[in-house]
Amino acid sequence: MVGDEAKFLPHEAIFEALTEWAKRYSLFVPAEEEKGVFWRLFEPGIKVELGLRPLEPPKRLFFPPTEVLLRFSYKERQILPEIPKDDTPLLVFGIRPCDLHGLKVLDQVLGQQDPYWKKRFVRAVFVSQPCTGAYDTCFCTWVGINPKEAKGADVSLVELNGGWLLQPLTERGRSLLEVGILEKPSFSHLAEAQELLSRIEVQKGEDLNGLAENFYRSFDDLPFWRHMTFKCKACAICTFLCPTCFCFNITDEKGHEGVLRLRTWDSCMFFHYTLEASGHNPRPTKAERYRNRIGHKFCYHPERYTDYGCTGCGRCIKYCPVSLDVREVLRRIKRY
Amino acid sequence: MTGSNPFLPILATVQEVIEETPNIKTFRVSLDDPEVRETFDFKPGQVAQLSVFGVGEATFVINSPPSERDYLQFTVMRVGEVTTKLHELRTGDKVGVRGPLGNWFPYEEMKGKDVLLIAGGIGMAPLRTLLLFILENRADYGRVTLLYGCRTPQDMCFKGDIPHWRSQRDVEVILTVDRRAPGWTEMVGLVPEVLKEIAPSPKGTVAVTCGPPVMIKYTLEALKELGFGDEQIVTTLERRMKCGVGLCGRCNIGSRYVCKDGPVFTLAQLKALPAEVF
Repeated sequence: MVGDEAKFLPHEAIFEALTEWAKRYSLFVPAEEEKGVFWRLFEPGIKVELGLRPLEPPKRLFFPPTEVLLRFSYKERQILPEIPKDDTPLLVFGIRPCDLHGLKVLDQVLGQQDPYWKKRFVRAVFVSQPCTGAYDTCFCTWVGINPKEAKGADVSLVELNGGWLLQPLTERGRSLLEVGILEKPSFSHLAEAQELLSRIEVQKGEDLNGLAENFYRSFDDLPFWRHMTFKCKACAICTFLCPTCFCFNITDEKGHEGVLRLRTWDSCMFFHYTLEASGHNPRPTKAERYRNRIGHKFCYHPERYTDYGCTGCGRCIKYCPVSLDVREVLRRIKRY
Repeated sequence: MTGSNPFLPILATVQEVIEETPNIKTFRVSLDDPEVRETFDFKPGQVAQLSVFGVGEATFVINSPPSERDYLQFTVMRVGEVTTKLHELRTGDKVGVRGPLGNWFPYEEMKGKDVLLIAGGIGMAPLRTLLLFILENRADYGRVTLLYGCRTPQDMCFKGDIPHWRSQRDVEVILTVDRRAPGWTEMVGLVPEVLKEIAPSPKGTVAVTCGPPVMIKYTLEALKELGFGDEQIVTTLERRMKCGVGLCGRCNIGSRYVCKDGPVFTLAQLKALPAEVF
């Protein structure tokens, strides 16, 4: 994976390089803040932190928690779509394989029809770094992700002693690397990167074959699902921090001149999500709702789009207030 | 058509409001752009999202026949936020129409067959389109039986249409209400019970049913008792919907979205899905 076109970025030159890219791209980097590492628009003084995975997945960069879909003006009685006007392509720097895969999963859903998503996603450039160490909540290998691989990225990024090795993987990647500050890497740089990648230990994932069959068999066993969700608070943090959750609500907001139609993230873990005006609710308790979430991630999404609707990033485990562990639930379904 | 942006409604004007029952109104709306009005095409059973700007959208079946070029008809029960606001609309008010969405009744596959329509309450709306479509293409279909039940005589929609339907060749209309009521001369009893009483033959027949979930549940059982196979039974489902195009997530039953892969399903198709239908 390392070749002729690779470039070397010395540690001390990173700010200069990012400043250069920020002129051509809406550049997002993992930035360290008081409450953790977050994806932030690059600006002078920002504390870039490539060693830690951001607390939130990069979903919101392409699919904001709230966005205006359209406007209706009272005076002109016109409906005006609000497709983002900014044509500057996004550059996401330092994304991990799991999070990049998460965007691919979202693109399977939104990429066909959603002009708001498309406007931001189709021209985006991704610089991905291999994952050198897993958190104890990580399980990306269960869902077929190789944490060493910059799959789907435009440039791969490997941190060495003294700097980073950047390897273009696509035409977009090549054009990104055409900046003066980048150096030609030495042979020792290339060897060091290879050595580093080979040293990464990849945990063996649980085999999820046959899971769907067991899931459908367990579907009518509500006591089983009640047991699985006994401690769940239905707070929905698992869905908001999920790199692949895409459920949304559409609401209207009245203003003086017109109406804004908004799209806002929603969650299948909420009671009102499927509540009908008649009072009927096809998923009335958290047991049915969590069953749907698991079914969606591991059965329904793969049936519709082949990939699992899960990247194994483990944020739903790490940030769950009651430590509900999806891996344990999957194991229980496997044994069902 | 909503073009390349599936969230963009078409602006339309309320042409006429018909009071059906104390809590149901029918709206005839015409699309403002004459060109769009000319080209707007849909199939019987397809739905659309109606917008009241400032309040939101809700999904309704288009219950006028596709041949009607002047207006689209929606019948709305006042239940929630959007429907309450819809009920305040008058002739000349603006609404948005987003559609057509979803699939349609298998009217091609139904050709040459007898048709049994079973409706409960406002569930008559989708069947109205199908019935009118069949009447316009009368030679393609066999006998038509409509069993239409409501809680009380006051709850019956499309009262003005019924004498016309009854006057058609080879069309039988059976009306029923849950309990005896003064002046009511038609049948009395719940839809599934009346269905068993009239006992239509399943031979060469397709049954299409729509109504409240509990009615559908017992109607399906009654049809089974009468010998109807799962492929012979068609229903159209309701779910809470937002986007209408299979993106927002909420109307799924297993891997299928009611808004996009439905709302029309055969019982055979429903049985292949996880048991979260009713």
